[in-house]
Amino acid sequence: MKDVDQSTPDVSLSRIPEVGFAPIGSPAERRLAELWESAPGWRGWLSTVDHKTIGMRYLVTAFIFLLMGGVEALIMRLQLARPDQTLLTPEQYSQLFTMHGVTMIFLYSLPILSGFSNYLWPLMLGSRDMAFPRLNALSYWIFLFAGIFLYASFPLGEAPNAGWFNYVPFAGLEYNTGPNIDVYALGMVLLGISTTVGAINFIVTLFRMRAPGMSIDRVPILVWGTLTASVANIFAVPSVSLAFFLLWLDRQVGTHFFDVLNGGKPLLWQHLFWMFGHPWVYAVVLPAMGIVSDALPTFCRRPLVGYSAVALSTMATMLLGFGVWIHHMFATGLPTLALSFFSAASMVISIPSAVAVFAWLATIWLGRPVFNTPFLFFAGFVILFVIGGLSGVMTAAVPLDLQLNETYFIVAHLHYVLLGINVFPVVGGIYYWFPKFFGRMMNEALGGCRINRASLPT
Amino acid sequence: MNNSESGFRHGVAGNYAFFLCILAAAPASAASSENDVAPLNYFLHSYGPASTPTMVLGWVFAALLIAIFSSIALLLVWAVFRKRPAVDPRSIGREDEGMPWIYIGTGISTGILFALAIYALITLNAIANPTHAPALTLTVTGYDWWWKVEYEDDDPTRSFATANEIHIPVGQPVLVKLKSADVIHAFWVPMLAGKTQMIPGLANQQWIQADVEGVYGGQCTQYCGVQHAHMSLEIVAQSEDEFRTWQDAQRGEAEMTAGINAGKSLFLDRCAGCHAIRGTEAVGAHAPDLTHLNSRRLIAAGLLTNTPDHLAQWITHAQDLKPGARMPSMALTATELNALSAFLSTLN
Ligand code: HEC
Ligand SMILES: [Cu+2]
Ligand SMILES: [Cu+2]
Repeated sequence: MKDVDQSTPDVSLSRIPEVGFAPIGSPAERRLAELWESAPGWRGWLSTVDHKTIGMRYLVTAFIFLLMGGVEALIMRLQLARPDQTLLTPEQYSQLFTMHGVTMIFLYSLPILSGFSNYLWPLMLGSRDMAFPRLNALSYWIFLFAGIFLYASFPLGEAPNAGWFNYVPFAGLEYNTGPNIDVYALGMVLLGISTTVGAINFIVTLFRMRAPGMSIDRVPILVWGTLTASVANIFAVPSVSLAFFLLWLDRQVGTHFFDVLNGGKPLLWQHLFWMFGHPWVYAVVLPAMGIVSDALPTFCRRPLVGYSAVALSTMATMLLGFGVWIHHMFATGLPTLALSFFSAASMVISIPSAVAVFAWLATIWLGRPVFNTPFLFFAGFVILFVIGGLSGVMTAAVPLDLQLNETYFIVAHLHYVLLGINVFPVVGGIYYWFPKFFGRMMNEALGGCRINRASLPT
Repeated sequence: MNNSESGFRHGVAGNYAFFLCILAAAPASAASSENDVAPLNYFLHSYGPASTPTMVLGWVFAALLIAIFSSIALLLVWAVFRKRPAVDPRSIGREDEGMPWIYIGTGISTGILFALAIYALITLNAIANPTHAPALTLTVTGYDWWWKVEYEDDDPTRSFATANEIHIPVGQPVLVKLKSADVIHAFWVPMLAGKTQMIPGLANQQWIQADVEGVYGGQCTQYCGVQHAHMSLEIVAQSEDEFRTWQDAQRGEAEMTAGINAGKSLFLDRCAGCHAIRGTEAVGAHAPDLTHLNSRRLIAAGLLTNTPDHLAQWITHAQDLKPGARMPSMALTATELNALSAFLSTLN
């Protein structure tokens, strides 16, 4: 192992990756095996740092949360099936819709993508594992713990109940005396740690551990998506962690960050929350768009059209994504000039998305598509993506948003976005990579049924 | 406009008309005031200059975006199913072809987006301020889960407060100052204007104007707690004369007729800590002003119609009818309730 690649620049404070060959049976090979192999038995099961195992755990855990969120949605729809039903009390309903949002947004949509990226990232980049395998395990266990922590409040009847957006002062101690919001605040701080640690891991792995020759213009679009999402998370998550931490201080220590009577500002919460919230939307869709950009060409039997354009549009979306958060706050009484700026920015952000849509269309047009199940999911995805995007353009126009804000139009828009742009690629991606995950193909006939089922409610 | 009975119920006819109009892509005259219009059908109906430009903007956006969606959907279907020239099945396409798709597609999208953005900003400018100074200024304060409405006057004896029902003169811009007494609420009367949040510690405002007489439904649109769904209001747009008459009546104090003393003292005893009745010692400020209770069509922020029966039910069973509301269910004997009802029935 001494034949270290000397051409690697020597950066102080960092470990130079050792590139070399360890012959079978050599001491170096034994040392590697000792380092990387999971120990047998339950201790090994708990302490494994294998990125494939962790990736699979992310996928399974996030999928379970998806099912729980789905059950919550079903119960809500039952309550709403007819006016004035009494299936749920108002308080139960509040907890249910809050937990539905929290689950789908924080416990499903990002973790499922982390699962894909964890599993595939080192395989795509040609590195042995993530740069910090133990940190990787840590970020999974924190995610799992935070999820269980949030859900433990449910049976006690004390689940978060102020909406996933959790506006103050309603979420403050004065109007919400139970532990509900404290649970949410601590759960979010934990999830913030998990996400940040994971994001750093992805970035370092990409920059320091790519296989030689894996130049930046050759990495799969999924890698571009996960890279931009990770960078975005590093900048966006502190905002929401801070917001929840300040709220927790207000509630438990008696500070006055959001307390109007003592000069606190409720609007500060909205700023902090949406400064995180909008980039987050892109963090949960860009890797999913990457899945489509990488997998769709396979079923069109040709390379993706406009690789560089799509990669650049991914970056552009993320950069612009940091300058549009006010479109969640058009109705808060901000000056017209500020609204105009954020309205225009919110429209401009759909241009990079247009690049991606036309790249996919061109890929299908110029290719020779085969109609396997993943292809059907990806084609359905394109349609839902366009509906989600265009309805977003309507809400970017301030006058329209002043009507549409907080109505079912927004609910529909965000479900098209999250279901269409996250769930469809994820399911298609699972079909696509299933042989890689499990070493066998999935059944095509059943797949056809599933896509029919999945498209029905949309 | 005669939707006084419809509240926030969905007009089946309105929805049907909505789809017909989408099909015809040319919505007919919006101000067909005889129709029973569903209050949420702001896509097809608008009754004032603060919302009409938005409605037209909505049509243009919807038409264009539906056209764009249809073209892309068609392209996709075409791309999937088009007949392809026979090629060597082992060949794969060149990486660098197909760029015109991106150039042309993105180019057209960018052009349309810029045009839409400019149109939206022009509309925003048009609805930001009324063309002439507001004829009337009033303050609406959001409470968990009802609305306090205050009509101020330079002469304090002419100021008055009411609840959940706002009267405005027709054809005049009205400035509405928006405050909150507790958490964030949002004021929304879709037929007249977009919504604005009422944020504690902040002084927000918006203007509304109704060009057609009628009753317009409004609703709190920021989740504010368990009874958020039961926090609605009504705007009654009246002719100048009717409005003045109403205003003068509201300014007056409650008239105390003979024979209601039992009920009155009961009220002062049990209810005055929260409610005010001008002309009595009841001056509670954090519950609806009941001075002219019977002039209002609905009670409890739109929950019930204002009938003697409903009033009695509300007073004794508020927590069953609106669980969590900031008024307790009052324990009253039948005699007490009768006396109280007799007293309340004089509050015209
Ligand atoms: C603890 C304070 C409190 C007390 C005591 C109280 N109320 Fe109320 N009352 C309220 C509040 C708050 C509302 C608004 C409830 C809502 O709509 O959510 C209300 C609403 C009402 C309304 C409906 C007003 C409208 O226009 O919607 C009536 C009538 C009423 N109360 C009568 C009474 C009577 C009579 C008593 C005494 C027997 C009484 N209240 C005692 C707080 C109180
Ligand atoms: Cu956003
Ligand atoms: Cu509300």
